[in-house]
Parts: sequence; C-alpha cells; structure tokens
Amino acid sequence: MGNIKDKNSFTWSDPFLLDQQLTTEERMIADSARAYCNDKLSPRVRQAYQKEYTDPNIFREMGNLGLLGITLPEEYGGIGASYVAYGLVAREVERIDSGYRSMMSVQSSLVMYPIYAYGSEKQRKKYLSKLASGEYIGCFGLTEPGAGSDPGAIITKATKTKNGYRLHGAKTWISNSPIADVFVVWAKSDAHNGAIRGFVLEKGMKGLSAPKIEGKLSLRASITGEIVMDEVEVGEDALLPNTEGLSGPFGCLNRARYGISWGVMGAAEACWHAALQYGLDRKQFNRPLAQTQLYQKKLADMQTEITLGLQAALRVGQLFDQDKMAPEMISLIKRNNCGKALDIARMSRDMHGGNGISDEFVVMRHMINLETVNTYEGTNDIHALILGRSQTNLQAFF
Amino acid sequence: MKILVPVKRVVDFNVKVRVKADGTGVDIDNVKMSMNPFDEIAVEEAIRLKEAGSADEVIVVSVGVQQCQETLRTALAMGADRAILVKTDALVEPLAVAKILAKIAEEEGTNLVILGKQSIDDDCNQTGQMLAALIGRPQGTFASEVVVEDDKVTVIREVDGGLETISMSLPAIVTADLRLNEPRYASLPNIMKAKRKPLSEKMAEDYGVDLKPRHKIIAISEPVTREAGIKVADVTELVAKLKSVGAI
Repeated sequence: MGNIKDKNSFTWSDPFLLDQQLTTEERMIADSARAYCNDKLSPRVRQAYQKEYTDPNIFREMGNLGLLGITLPEEYGGIGASYVAYGLVAREVERIDSGYRSMMSVQSSLVMYPIYAYGSEKQRKKYLSKLASGEYIGCFGLTEPGAGSDPGAIITKATKTKNGYRLHGAKTWISNSPIADVFVVWAKSDAHNGAIRGFVLEKGMKGLSAPKIEGKLSLRASITGEIVMDEVEVGEDALLPNTEGLSGPFGCLNRARYGISWGVMGAAEACWHAALQYGLDRKQFNRPLAQTQLYQKKLADMQTEITLGLQAALRVGQLFDQDKMAPEMISLIKRNNCGKALDIARMSRDMHGGNGISDEFVVMRHMINLETVNTYEGTNDIHALILGRSQTNLQAFF
Repeated sequence: MKILVPVKRVVDFNVKVRVKADGTGVDIDNVKMSMNPFDEIAVEEAIRLKEAGSADEVIVVSVGVQQCQETLRTALAMGADRAILVKTDALVEPLAVAKILAKIAEEEGTNLVILGKQSIDDDCNQTGQMLAALIGRPQGTFASEVVVEDDKVTVIREVDGGLETISMSLPAIVTADLRLNEPRYASLPNIMKAKRKPLSEKMAEDYGVDLKPRHKIIAISEPVTREAGIKVADVTELVAKLKSVGAI
C-alpha cells in the first residue's frame, strides 16, 4: 500500500474522470458528435429558436454522421454501439439544445427501436436504413388529449377490416409529426380484445394529417404537432406483430428516457460552464462575481449535481449494456437528472443577472427547454410514483 | 502510391493549460487530448488523394505513449488504411521524430509524406523540414493546395505576401497549412470499422535512433497578462505620457 499518491490533480470539469471510464470507441463517438454539434448545430440554434424553425436537414446531417439509431445492428443501419455511446451522443446534442436532442431521441428510440424490436423483417427492411440515414423522419404517437400520464386511457381505435385495420383517433404533443414520413402510433385494437397495439403509418395515407402545434414557448427549435387519424385504412402489414399492451410503448420510452438522463446533463453542463465564465468576466464591486461566496457555492452545487448525475447515467448505461437494466433505474435517473438540470439552468439564469434573459447567453433557452424535458416522457412526479411503488408494493397512481 | 501521415497526440485546442507549479511544463494529467489540428488536415488531404485515385494506401504513424493509439484510431476512422504506433514514454523532439519517420518512409517505400506544418503544443514547425533533409528529398511546406500528377507533386505554398507554386518530383515531403482543406468528422460507422483496421505496435528502440533530447527546458511560465491601457485627452498629453515612460 506504500505507493498511494494523495496529491493527484483534480479536473474541475470532470471530477470523477468520467472520460477515463469510457472505451476508446465511446470517446471517439462523443468527440465526433461534439465536433458536429459545435460546428453545425450551435451556429443555427439561436435563429431556429427565435423563429420557431425546425430544419429537416438536421436529420440528414445526423444520419450522414451516423448519429441515428446507433444501438441497432449494422444490417439495419445502426452500428451496434453501446447504450453508453448512445447516452454520450445525447449529452453532446443537448449541450446545444434540448430540442435537437428530442428530434434525435424520437427518431432513434421511439421510431427505429420499436420497428426493430417489435416489427416484422419486412418492416425492418422497409424503414430502418432510411430512418438511419435521415431520409425518412419518424414520429411516435402515444399521448392523446385525454391520456398523458395515464397512457392506458388512450381512445384511438383500430377496427379490423377485411385486409387490415381502420384507425381512428387523435394524438397530441408529438415531436417531429408535422414533418414526419413514418408514424409509429398506438391504438386499442378490437381484433386483439382491446389491447394496445402498435401500427406504422406513412405520410400521405388518406385521412392522416399532422397539424403543427403553435405557440410553444419551449423546445422551439424542434417541431411538435398532432396526429389526426380520420378513418385511416391500413393493411395487415402496418401492424407491429411482436408486442401487445403497454409494454411495447414502455420499451421504447425506457430507451428514450435513459438518453434524456444523459442529455439533460449536457444542457446542465452548458449552463454551468456559462455561469462560470460569466462569473469570471463580470466584475461588480471591483471584483469578479466568481470571487464571491454566494457565487462559488452555486458553482459547487452545479459541479456536484452534474458529476453525480453523469456518473449515475453511466452506471445505468453500463447495466443496460450488460442486459441488467430495470425500468425503475431509468425512472430514478430521468427524474433526478431532469430535476437537477432544471434547477441548475434556473440558477445559472439567475447568476447571469439581467443579461441572463437575453438569447445572446444560452442559459434562458436551456432553462425553458428543460421545463419540457422535466415533464415529457414521464413527469418528475410520475417517476416518483414508480419509485414509490417499487419500495412499498402499493401503487398510488389512482 | 503510398502516403505516410504522421499524427501527434496533443492537448485539445479547447483546453486552457496550466503551468505546473515547478515550472517544468504544463499539467496534462487528465486533460483532454486530441489529434494535432494540422495533422488532421494532413490526414484529410491524404484521404482525398486516395479517393481521387492518386494514392493506393494511406499509412498513419504516431510516435509517443501507448494512448497515441487513440489518435491513430481517429485517423483510421477518418479513412486511413493502417497505422503504426512507435511507442516511447520519453519526451521526443522533432529531430528524433524525423529520424524515426525517415526509417519508416524507407521501410514502407512511401512516395509522399504529408505532415501538419507544426503541432499546437510546442509550435516547433521543424519535423517536416528535418525529414526532407534527412532523406534528401524536396519539401513543399505550408501547403494550401496539393496536386499529384504522375511522378510530380505541385504545391501551392502560403508565403509572406502571397502564394508560391512549386513543382517537385516524388518522393517528396509536404506540410499542411490551415487552408489546405476542412477535415471531415469521423462518422460513427467508420469509428466502429476502424477497430478492425490494422494497427501495428513498434518500440522506438526498434529503429535504432538516438531519441535523446537536444534541448534542455529551463523554465516554462504563464504568458504575462495584458494590463489595461489608459485614455489621454489630447495629443499633448499623449506625447507627455510617452516621454514619461521613455517610449520616445
């Protein structure tokens, strides 16, 4: 035991040396993602947010670089990357904007994953490589005006017809839907005793429309809409054959939520680093703000929560990769990391003083975005109920 | 035609380095390391020449610690064909690197060596020139355009006051300047494929080269922070101030 160094240098930006816990490939993937995000996403986000504009080319660019559906096997357009790598990409994209990360998460986890996991070979061949390249844009329809946290209450119906199904109903708060080519929607199917089943719909089908939801104050760089299905006729081949019940959509959501727990740490890091820089640059009372105790205490809180949040996300990612993931783990990190990221963004906004409300500084945009991220894919409170049930064996949802 | 591209692992350009307390160097413990940006440009150029049909193989080489293999993997992921890691834990100076490169260029029979014009850590800007001298071949430094035709390479060089075009017979040495190209990102599928590309490991001693540093570092210090200026009301005051500090 004689050789323990107790004076190793501390890396303030990566206190637990997360970087060294990754494989070479994971580090390289994160580096490529970061370079792309800095060069191509960062310069356009301010305008996109202001004008509420979603550039569909982003899907193609991400596809070109190979950022979409990376955990799927090569033959379906993925690269067979680890869930840790998927998380690292989410972190880099969300460092720029939660909206861009949402676009990517939906495509990867909520569209490509269900088609891969629950689809027929024909469906996989038909959609996956085009979704991976970004040629097709996908969306995922579960939430309805009357069914948010309670997805079992959806009323979209699939009625059996001679050659397939007739879908009727409306979905809301659907990322990507107004520009989507492929729609994965969930409906109660009378031919399956009213069980929830997944269907793959395509743009242009008669009776299918996806109007944009206007007036969003959050995630403005990522388009959101409804999916309206007015007696949409589909063939038998539109049904996802290999899942029945809520476990189908939940399987997808687990993956997306896991990615979110990394992503929000990226947004939080952006807010933290911005606060640090601002505090060093801004002088009041003849000294930098960063030389005040209140300011340093806040920086320490940010550093601590981000370090713990990232380490937790990494741990769950490793368990995912070892096939030991339990959904409650994801509830824990999704809830914790989103809540903490939102606190950090609000704190950073505050530390920026009056300047913090300007879009010249990134913090208020991140803050408003994180309001959504804390809510979607299972609200903070709903994940608390999942964790509460896990220890009491008593469900408190209703 | 074979192209050899040396790549160096350096502190990432985004990192603000701190000078070690004892002044012997900068602290690189746990600091993010990346491929030297000028070497990225060199790799990109070699890959483009291969894609254009002017070259058959791009070999990348790095001299340094074991972790340099990560830098080599990045070059492979960009599109280089194979890599050679020459391992040493010693601090290597440009002359030692140039001597090793001369051996490898000879061993591999490379027709063209493209290097970054300098590395962003020590800013030496020497390795390419030393290599050209050691193997007795022409050099085109600070290249902003490279065209290979038959057994000739034409290089447009960025020189003071303009551009100079030179034509050299192969084999030759080219060093890449900033405006030569914009390097691609290593795409994720290519990162995974790079795992399967050959990377051979050698020891620096295998080349029988004297790696001993020729320089002794006396001190390393932080740059002096710039102090705020002052405002003067008129020319008279300006002249008076300049006189008082002995500037005129």
